[in-house]
Amino acid sequence: MAKYLLLKHYRGAPAPVNDVPMDKWTPEEISAHMQYMSDFATRLEGTGEFVDGQALAPEGAWVRYDGEGRPPVTDGPFAETKDLIAGWMVIDVDTYERAVELAGELSAAPGAGGKPIHEWLEVRPFLTAPPTITE
Amino acid sequence: MNEALLRSLTPSVLGILVRRGADFAAAEDAVQDALVEAVRVWPADPPRDPKGWLVTVAWRKFLDQTRADASRRRREDLVDEEPAPGAAPASDDTLQLYFLCAHPSLTPSSAVALTLRAVGGLTTRQIAQAYLVPEATMAQRISRAKRTVSGVRFDRPGDVATVLRVLYLVFNEGYSGDVDLAAEAIRLTRQLAAAIDHPEVAGLLALMLLHHARRAARTAPDGSLVPLAEQDRGRWDTGAIAEGVGILQAALARDRLGEFQAQAAIAALHADAPTAEETDWVQIVEWYDELARLTDNPVVRLNRAVAVGEADGPRAGLAALAGLDDSLPRHTAVAAYLHERDGDLATAARLYAEAAHKAPDLAERGHLTRQAARLNARRSH
Repeated sequence: MAKYLLLKHYRGAPAPVNDVPMDKWTPEEISAHMQYMSDFATRLEGTGEFVDGQALAPEGAWVRYDGEGRPPVTDGPFAETKDLIAGWMVIDVDTYERAVELAGELSAAPGAGGKPIHEWLEVRPFLTAPPTITE
Repeated sequence: MNEALLRSLTPSVLGILVRRGADFAAAEDAVQDALVEAVRVWPADPPRDPKGWLVTVAWRKFLDQTRADASRRRREDLVDEEPAPGAAPASDDTLQLYFLCAHPSLTPSSAVALTLRAVGGLTTRQIAQAYLVPEATMAQRISRAKRTVSGVRFDRPGDVATVLRVLYLVFNEGYSGDVDLAAEAIRLTRQLAAAIDHPEVAGLLALMLLHHARRAARTAPDGSLVPLAEQDRGRWDTGAIAEGVGILQAALARDRLGEFQAQAAIAALHADAPTAEETDWVQIVEWYDELARLTDNPVVRLNRAVAVGEADGPRAGLAALAGLDDSLPRHTAVAAYLHERDGDLATAARLYAEAAHKAPDLAERGHLTRQAARLNARRSH
């Protein structure tokens, strides 16, 4: 088994096929979308492949150390044009192929008009704990 | 309460219930109920025959469940078949559990989880911790595995090779939480070796012991990898090495060579060398040739290239590497090492950095990055 991070982006990914901003969807379309994601996670719990999943607010800030005795510097309350993570799901699956298959299913979540949004998801393998045998 | 005793009895009690015809999942539930009962009753009233006690109580719990399931007909059949009470036979029911838990209908990860649960007697929480997944996820994985094997009948002997593969997977897992999976795999393989007379079971046990013996020397206090050649051999566990070598020699004497015996032979040659320089690389190459004959595994040929590089020089190693697919895990790291030995530091540094980029775990990535940095620093002087 290997763990993969499925990353959902607000920005930074290529435009999805069904590219209508979420605030232009009907409330029913939004509910259907949320329901799809939640059903997906529940199903993966059932197959023993679910590890974790969280949604993130879009308001992010860059923060860095600014020297001894000084408060950390931030780039302001609003993220600008940079990549923005909307949420993630961690899965634990037998193969890379299975991770890609599941990401494909997640990307088919319904959007505007009840059609799949075809959004791009990023699939990243976790670095694992070292195996017992390394030599 | 002797938890170790309970844990060691669990698989054979479960095995007896399954052999008597209990459905696997129901048998497991019944054994859990019996264990709870034991924890409650034993401190005040310890049984003379703990295993017999557990079998009796678990069987009764199973019958209660079956009654509750309104399966009257089946229940009556089972009551008819119930053996006379008395001491449980010391048969090898646990062995059947090994085969059940490694059944080909299970995916490797399910087989591993079920083996740890049913044969190892670990709790779902412990297994979930070791695999860094939520307990609910692991519980589902195990219950799906149980459902998958619940219809399986023991009408033919299982495949030892599959069982060994599952145990080796457990051994090779990194571990966390409060269970040491490598030690657990050794315990289970030891138990299997006691129940079944098979040179490859012995080979796997020897292999695990020989690898495990070097564990203390394999990582620095900060968690970074220490390559075999640089390990402090004084920290190797000589008792485990002696035991592994003894088991291996007895297995090899049976003249039924298999993959695990050949791998153990290579590990034994490493363990036997007083210093890295005194390693018998020529013999190691011969064992890799045997191993390549037994398995058509490209990783074996990759490791063989390393051994050839040590036995006949880096050029010979690079020649052996040339025929192999460079997308193999660690191919780039091996190429880097051989180029360094050959004196081509620029190529070696570039390849170490590339290998670090592809490394699957943090410790290995750190190790390879340091190798690249070391060569780059040397070249700029």
